[in-house]
Amino acid sequence: MHVIARRLTIVALLSLGIIGSWPVVVASAEETLEAENIPFSFEGAFGLFDRAQLQRGFQVYSQVCSSCHSLNLLHYRNLGDRGGPDFPEMQVKAIAAMVEVEDGPNDEGEMFTRPGAPSDPFVKPFPNEKAARAANGGALPPDLSLITKAREGWRGTFRQLVDGIGGPEYVHAVLTGYREKPENVPEGPAGKYYNPYFSAGPWISMPPPLSDGLVEYTDGTASSVDQMARDVAAFLAWAGEPKMERRKSLGFRVLVYIVILATLLFLTKNRVWSRIEH
Amino acid sequence: MSGESTFEPKNGAVEWLDRRLPVFSLLKRQVVDFPTPKNLNYWWTFGGILTVFLALQIVTGIVLVMHYTPNTALAFNSIEFIMREVNYGWLIRYMHANGASFFFIAVYIHIFRGLYYGSYKAPREVLWILGVMILLVMMATAFMGYVLPWGQMSFWGAKVITNLFSAIPFIGERIVTWLWGGFSVDNPTLQRFFSLHYLLPFVLVGIVMLHIWALHVPGNNNPTGVDVQSSSDTIPFHPYYTVKDAFALVCFLSVYALFVFYKPNYLGHSINYEVANPLQTPSEIVPEWYFLPFYAILRSIPNKLLGVLAMFGSILILVFLPWLDTSKVRSASYRPIYRQLFWIFVLDCLLLGIVGSRPPAGLWLLIGRVATSWYFLHFIILVPLVGLMERPKPLPVSIREAVLTKELRAEAQIQPGE
Repeated sequence: MHVIARRLTIVALLSLGIIGSWPVVVASAEETLEAENIPFSFEGAFGLFDRAQLQRGFQVYSQVCSSCHSLNLLHYRNLGDRGGPDFPEMQVKAIAAMVEVEDGPNDEGEMFTRPGAPSDPFVKPFPNEKAARAANGGALPPDLSLITKAREGWRGTFRQLVDGIGGPEYVHAVLTGYREKPENVPEGPAGKYYNPYFSAGPWISMPPPLSDGLVEYTDGTASSVDQMARDVAAFLAWAGEPKMERRKSLGFRVLVYIVILATLLFLTKNRVWSRIEH
Repeated sequence: MSGESTFEPKNGAVEWLDRRLPVFSLLKRQVVDFPTPKNLNYWWTFGGILTVFLALQIVTGIVLVMHYTPNTALAFNSIEFIMREVNYGWLIRYMHANGASFFFIAVYIHIFRGLYYGSYKAPREVLWILGVMILLVMMATAFMGYVLPWGQMSFWGAKVITNLFSAIPFIGERIVTWLWGGFSVDNPTLQRFFSLHYLLPFVLVGIVMLHIWALHVPGNNNPTGVDVQSSSDTIPFHPYYTVKDAFALVCFLSVYALFVFYKPNYLGHSINYEVANPLQTPSEIVPEWYFLPFYAILRSIPNKLLGVLAMFGSILILVFLPWLDTSKVRSASYRPIYRQLFWIFVLDCLLLGIVGSRPPAGLWLLIGRVATSWYFLHFIILVPLVGLMERPKPLPVSIREAVLTKELRAEAQIQPGE
């Protein structure tokens, strides 16, 4: 009797798991595609950012994306942070000095411009939302500081537990996902591009931003569209979670500590409880 | 309770204070020497775990408030300031956000333990009702806390849940306006939610103290459900349960740490990393995972007012459980039919959780309705009926006897091999 009840419970639990992992069918699911999983260096419990990749990614951001997309949560000094692109201090200063920053008011009450300093936040491409929309056919290019944490490359409760939400993969998929629209898809709005990986897609206002050889990498890496998309996705993953390396290394030490403490407590508990009948 | 506790201070200052305010005597009697059934299993460790998590949430919360700004224009960026610029701010914030989830994991296990072992039955009804109040206040606190980062799901979740009150006839709309402090979810809403999110945890501390007080009057229930009869049934709380609770706590913390350090955003919504935009509705508005079963109950009923009543009723019905359960036997271990009903009920709650995360249409709507019906059927019909009809298994004479039989049986199993 109990054996049957227990087996039934196990069967029920398993079937709950199966229906729980059934993919959610959203209205737009037939029009948009899941991103391709990319084995980034920063995945897994011990994965770290690839410094060279982050530096290349910054190059893509600053030469291509930054003309429309802001990165409001970053300061130039962050480019020299450990656990990030780790640019040398002189280079950070040089990068910051390349932009003009509005400052003031000065003692005369006037605003003025000066060369950027590492303590400045990344300059915005547009002064306000209206200006951004006006320059982009009514569409607003989103801030990219948290884009890899705010967008999902794929769905599924268990898939996301194992593979993460696929935020960097989403960025890569959108950047490389432009194509001719299939025959059966109706014509989209004027001035929009077909991209089945775009989350609110498949029609996206952003024209294909990358083309082979667009950026000349200082480290000599061949700049294919795929390579640039991977690099900038990695850079944005760091921009969204700049303390990731610190988090993982501290986490490892905390877990080692917890395991030792748990072992000692378990032994103590057995010792203490052996004094009494239980 | 047997085993009279005596406190004889050795230190003069301690004696001086204890004669004026007997805190040391109280701790000695209620914590160190407190006679506790000797057969409590690991399901009983979650009370202590919950106390630690309440403290953890309060401490991390107080630190977060030192850097957080409750203003719609600044809130989102102030959270990111904590994540990026404050020393170990990322750790404090991830501990607080995941702490809420693990608080709920522990509280749900704690509640189901009470349901299984009949801990709500006389003389522990008030203890149980205080527990239901704790759950309600916890839910309100967690809901308002999720609004504070002012992301997309914060905003739209707040909007959907506060809008539920508009279902109240005649005055519903006015109540919603009153809750919002305006005609939409906006800065006044954020600021009052912040204020209440800071206040309610301290209310929780108060109810938790009453909960522990109410526990210490009859003492712990135990896996047999048989009352303590003599001092041979009990052991002092310290060191036996302090060390057992500590071990269980550290095991629980290890899972918590895995999430804090390696999956810190898994239990949240990615869309909440986008700042609130009142003009853009997200494609799906889903509450935090710990609210999903109740959300499923809400949405499985076509009428809004009835849905809201069912949702609140699904928690408030627990208040009446001590009187709905007609069985004199506490522990489900000796109640063969109730035991199966209990496990079906657990599955029903898990199923409701899955339903709550899916759009309410087609098959999911049907499953949600069946599961909701079963939820109420369980409490209103099955529990009272089974208590009257079921024939329980013979109970052990005492806790000590139950412990000894278990030991003897374990020895009998070992012997043939030796």
